[in-house]
Amino acid sequence: MTTAIAISDLTKIYANGFEALKGISLQVQQGDFFALLGPNGAGKSTTIGVLSTLVRKTGGTVEIFGKNVDSHVYETKLDLGVVPQEVNFSQFERVKDIVMTQAGYYGMPRKLAAERCEKYLRKLDLWDKRNDRSRTLSGGMKRRLMIARALVHEPKLLILDEPTAGVDIELRRSMWEFLTELNESGTTIILTTHYLEEAEQLCRNIAIIDKGRIVENTSMRALLAALDKQTYIVDLAKPVETLPDWGDVPVTASLLDSHSFEITVAASLTMSGLFKLFLERGIEVSALRSKSNRLEQLFLGRLTDARGDAVNV
Amino acid sequence: MFKNHKYIAFETIVIKEVRRFTRIWIQTLVPPAITISLYFVIFGNLVGSRIGNMGGFDYMEFIIPGLIMMAVIQNSYSNVVSSFFSHKFQRSVEEVLVSPVPNAILLGGFIVGGMVRGLLVGAIVTVMALMFVDLQIQHPIITITVILLTAVVFSLAGFINALFANSFDDISIIPTFVLTPLIYLGGVFYSSSLLPPFWQSVSALNPIFYMVNSFRYGFLGVSDVSVGPAFVILTLFGVVLFSVCLVLLNRGTGLRS
Repeated sequence: MTTAIAISDLTKIYANGFEALKGISLQVQQGDFFALLGPNGAGKSTTIGVLSTLVRKTGGTVEIFGKNVDSHVYETKLDLGVVPQEVNFSQFERVKDIVMTQAGYYGMPRKLAAERCEKYLRKLDLWDKRNDRSRTLSGGMKRRLMIARALVHEPKLLILDEPTAGVDIELRRSMWEFLTELNESGTTIILTTHYLEEAEQLCRNIAIIDKGRIVENTSMRALLAALDKQTYIVDLAKPVETLPDWGDVPVTASLLDSHSFEITVAASLTMSGLFKLFLERGIEVSALRSKSNRLEQLFLGRLTDARGDAVNV
Repeated sequence: MFKNHKYIAFETIVIKEVRRFTRIWIQTLVPPAITISLYFVIFGNLVGSRIGNMGGFDYMEFIIPGLIMMAVIQNSYSNVVSSFFSHKFQRSVEEVLVSPVPNAILLGGFIVGGMVRGLLVGAIVTVMALMFVDLQIQHPIITITVILLTAVVFSLAGFINALFANSFDDISIIPTFVLTPLIYLGGVFYSSSLLPPFWQSVSALNPIFYMVNSFRYGFLGVSDVSVGPAFVILTLFGVVLFSVCLVLLNRGTGLRS
C-alpha cells in the first residue's frame, strides 16, 4: 500500500522560542481515514501547517505520496487539499468565485473548473447560494464552502482541521456521511477534531499528540480494545431507595437519585450479561446509556500516562 | 498536472484583482477623478492663470503630466498594499499559499493588478484633463514606457509594504508620510529651476522627481532632467524591488510562520 504521508523527526520552534513539535514521526497510508487528536496547543495545527506549507518546519522531513514537500512543491500541493479551522476566504467574494478562483490557482482550465465548481457546490448543498456573498452564509455553510474549495482540484489527500466545530448535530451528521463517501471513493482523509465521538465514528487509525510529541499511534480498533471498563447511566422503571448487593461481580455502582444510578463494569461484559445482572436483582430498567464517550476515556488516559499527572481538557 | 497551469494561475490572480477594485469602483476610481479635477480647477485654472508660464507652457499644461503621474503612483501603490494586506488580514492569502502558484507568478499577478488600476485611473485623469486643455503628446513611446515602469515600481513598493504590515495603520503610514511628500516635492507643481541650488540637489535624490520629469518630457518635450538617467533609475528600482519581493516571498516574510 502507498504511504500518503510520511513524517519523520518533524520539529518546529516558533520565533518566540515555543517548541511546538518535538520530533514527531508519523505515517498515514493511502485510503486511510486518520484521526489526529490532541488537546489545545498540542501541535495538531502546526503539523497541518507544515503539511500545507503555511508553517515552515525547523527540522525533519515530510513526504506526500512519496514526494518530498520541499523538493516537489507543485506535485505535493496538487495532491493536497486543506480545510482549515478558521474561515479563511474573502468575506466580500461570491461563493462561486471563491471556488473558481481556487481552481485557477491550481492551473485548472476554466471549463473544467466550472464543472468541478458546480459538482462540489451541489454536493455540499451550496449551489443555490453560488451567487451570494460569502459573508452572508451561516457558519455551517462557510465550513462546507471551505470543503468545496479544498476539493475542487480533487486532491488525493484531504486534511480537515476541526471541520465540524460549532456545527449543529444535523449538519455534522450530513458532513460525516459526505466524508465517509469521499473516503470510500479513495480520498485519504486526515481529521483533527475535538469531538472524539466523531473520530471514533469515522476513523480507522489514530494518533494522539500532546505537547509536540506523539503519545499514541495505533488503529482505532486496537485502541478501543484497550478499554477495560465501561460506565453506564441506568434509568429505572420503578424508584428504589438503595441499590442491591452485587455479590462477587466486579462492578461499582452508585445511586444518582431514586430513578437512576451509575454503574461501572468490565468492558468485556456483554449487554446480555449486564441485563441478566439486573434481572437477577429485580432491577427494572427503562433506559440505559453510556456515561461518556469510550474514546474520551482512552484519550484522557493516554494523556495522563504521557504526562504522568491528571489531565484537564 | 494541468497544461499552462502557471499562465492560468497568473490570469486568475489578475482577474481577481481587477474584479476587486472594479467592484468597489466608488472607492477606487471615483475619488481620484474628483480630487484631480479639483487640482485642475483650483491650481490649473484659478491659481494657474495668475502664475503665468512655467517651463515655457501654461501652468495648467505644465502640471497635467505630474497630476497624471501622481494618480498612477498613488493608485498602483494603494491597490497592491490594500488588496494584499486585506488578503493577509482575512487570511484568504492562505488560499494561494497552499496552492502550487510559484512566488513569481503570485507577485506578477498582484503587480499587474496594481498596474491596471493605476493606469485606469491615469486614463480617467487624462480624460478629465482633456476637458481643460488640448493635450499633445510629443514622445508617445517615452510617455507610455515611463508610465508603465512607474506603475510597476509603485506596485512592487506597495507589495513590500503589505508583506511587512501587521495592521491597517501600517499600510497608511508609508503613503501618508513618505509617498505624498515625495510626490509633492517631485516637481508635480513646479519646475526645479525655481528652487535654490541646494534644494535642487535635494530634489535630485527623489526618484519621483525623475519619473515626473521624464513623463513631462514625453508629453511636452521639456524636462528638468535628461530622460536617460531617469530610465536607468526607474529600471533599477524595478529590478531591485522585484528581487526584494521575491526574496521576501521565498522566505515567507509576513506570510508563513
